[in-house]
Amino acid sequence: MSYVQSLRCKECETEYPIEPRTVCDNDFAPVEVAYDYDQMQGRVTRQSIEAGPRSLWRYKDLLPIEGAPLVGQWSGYTPLIKADNLARELSVRELYLKDDSVNYPTYSYKDRVVSVALTKAIEFGFDTVGCASTGNLAHSVAAHAARAGLRACVIIPHDLEQGKIIGSLVFGPRMVKIRGNYDDVNRLCSQIADKYNWAIVNVNLRPFYTEGAKTHGFEIAEQLGWQLPQHTIVPVAGGTILPKVHKAYEELITLGIVDDNKPKIHAAQAEGCSPVVKAIQEGKELFHPQKPNTLAKSIAIGNPADGYYVIDVVNKSGGHAASAADEEIIDALKLLATTEGIFTEPAGGTTLACAIKLIESGHISRDESICICITGNGLKTVDVLAEVGNFPDVPIIDAKLTQFDELVSQIDETTTCQSKVSASPQAASNYCVSVDEGVPKCP
Amino acid sequence: MSLAVTVLIPTALRPQVGGQESIDLEGSSVKQVLTALTGEYPELGKRLFKNDSELNRFINVYLNDEDIRFLDNLDTAVSSGDELSIIPAIAGG
Repeated sequence: MSYVQSLRCKECETEYPIEPRTVCDNDFAPVEVAYDYDQMQGRVTRQSIEAGPRSLWRYKDLLPIEGAPLVGQWSGYTPLIKADNLARELSVRELYLKDDSVNYPTYSYKDRVVSVALTKAIEFGFDTVGCASTGNLAHSVAAHAARAGLRACVIIPHDLEQGKIIGSLVFGPRMVKIRGNYDDVNRLCSQIADKYNWAIVNVNLRPFYTEGAKTHGFEIAEQLGWQLPQHTIVPVAGGTILPKVHKAYEELITLGIVDDNKPKIHAAQAEGCSPVVKAIQEGKELFHPQKPNTLAKSIAIGNPADGYYVIDVVNKSGGHAASAADEEIIDALKLLATTEGIFTEPAGGTTLACAIKLIESGHISRDESICICITGNGLKTVDVLAEVGNFPDVPIIDAKLTQFDELVSQIDETTTCQSKVSASPQAASNYCVSVDEGVPKCP
Repeated sequence: MSLAVTVLIPTALRPQVGGQESIDLEGSSVKQVLTALTGEYPELGKRLFKNDSELNRFINVYLNDEDIRFLDNLDTAVSSGDELSIIPAIAGG
């Protein structure tokens, strides 16, 4: 049995049965799963959750599935890392990274939403699943569908990074590239879902799909010892995860599982695609869509379906928003790698770059607890970094010790470049420079 | 001269138009065409429009392949043979 009651329109509160559904018939607003929290009181507790599997399914009582999990048995429960090196760089007291760059099996937060959506697809009896994707979602749908024995059709913009394409194709889905950006893909998928009886996870399974994103927030709270960080910085693409992290926090507060410390939620976008951030910064309730132009392609969504709710949650929680230019994104991505050993994709660089800006602007206090949500893996986008990463040339020598000795002798006696990293990400990214022979050397 | 524009109706709104997938209407702007539509099918009116001058915020309208918010919004001019699609916004990926 589950605690699920119905699907409920987020605007007019019309109730619908649990069924594949894209939006409310009355006003096109999203519908959300409603639960019976009264029934959960005393039953869904820290202990009941801690007794669950080490996966996102430990929060099954707060997810909209009826039977046993059928997909993604090992997804979720990613590390929450206390990032002391990065905290020192940024002069903040308490900094955490929720690291979905190592989510299983496809290295992004999407393994959470897809686990729930495909379990639901099987419960509903679909045999074909699909998605509109900027890459990560396609990976996850293709991988989980392969294991679950479902047919998959993934639809992506034509200009995605090679890693994002191969990373899906290997699982054997049908893939279609669209001449256009994600918003064009989205529009087509909406029409496809209308016409074909397929489970398009972010269209007609959207109410279930989005609930999976809550588990990112549940885990932050549990891994912090059942506390909420005072600040959570979340990247915004379509606007799914930010409101759901907030919903996760609110559910835990409602159930008495964590104390309400009035957590602030902050939004991060790339400057080249920042409709929601602009609206928040300008104090507007509505955003104006934008044609994306950023190297952070996984979050290049100019017409975010849940953008209104992002604006609402950020404002309600007392958070703020920032956007970062492409160079700042790459600098932050490299800072995260050199301080904490985490290789994220440009979306993660965006989130960190925006967190830095919000710290510097005083919207995030240096002495309060901060959690940065890292939602994707850098190994999928190495071609971007190869192009703009500005790495030193790597020396090539013969396999002769004398040649190696020569190289070493050319390196400054301060061989630990890391010790010279300054507080700014720009400086950090330039800490190694090429000398004539292309030997990395500290400035 | 008549300016017939084809309006594509999404599944969610088809019950209000007798199940039709598309409807040909006349008008010289997006607003005129949509007003003609809601004139014929009043039930659609309150679903499409927030008030006289504003669409419901969850409705996206495309003229051929372009979101009308990148054009002149409801005042965008239309011509014969154009296609208007009414499409709900969908979640990210």
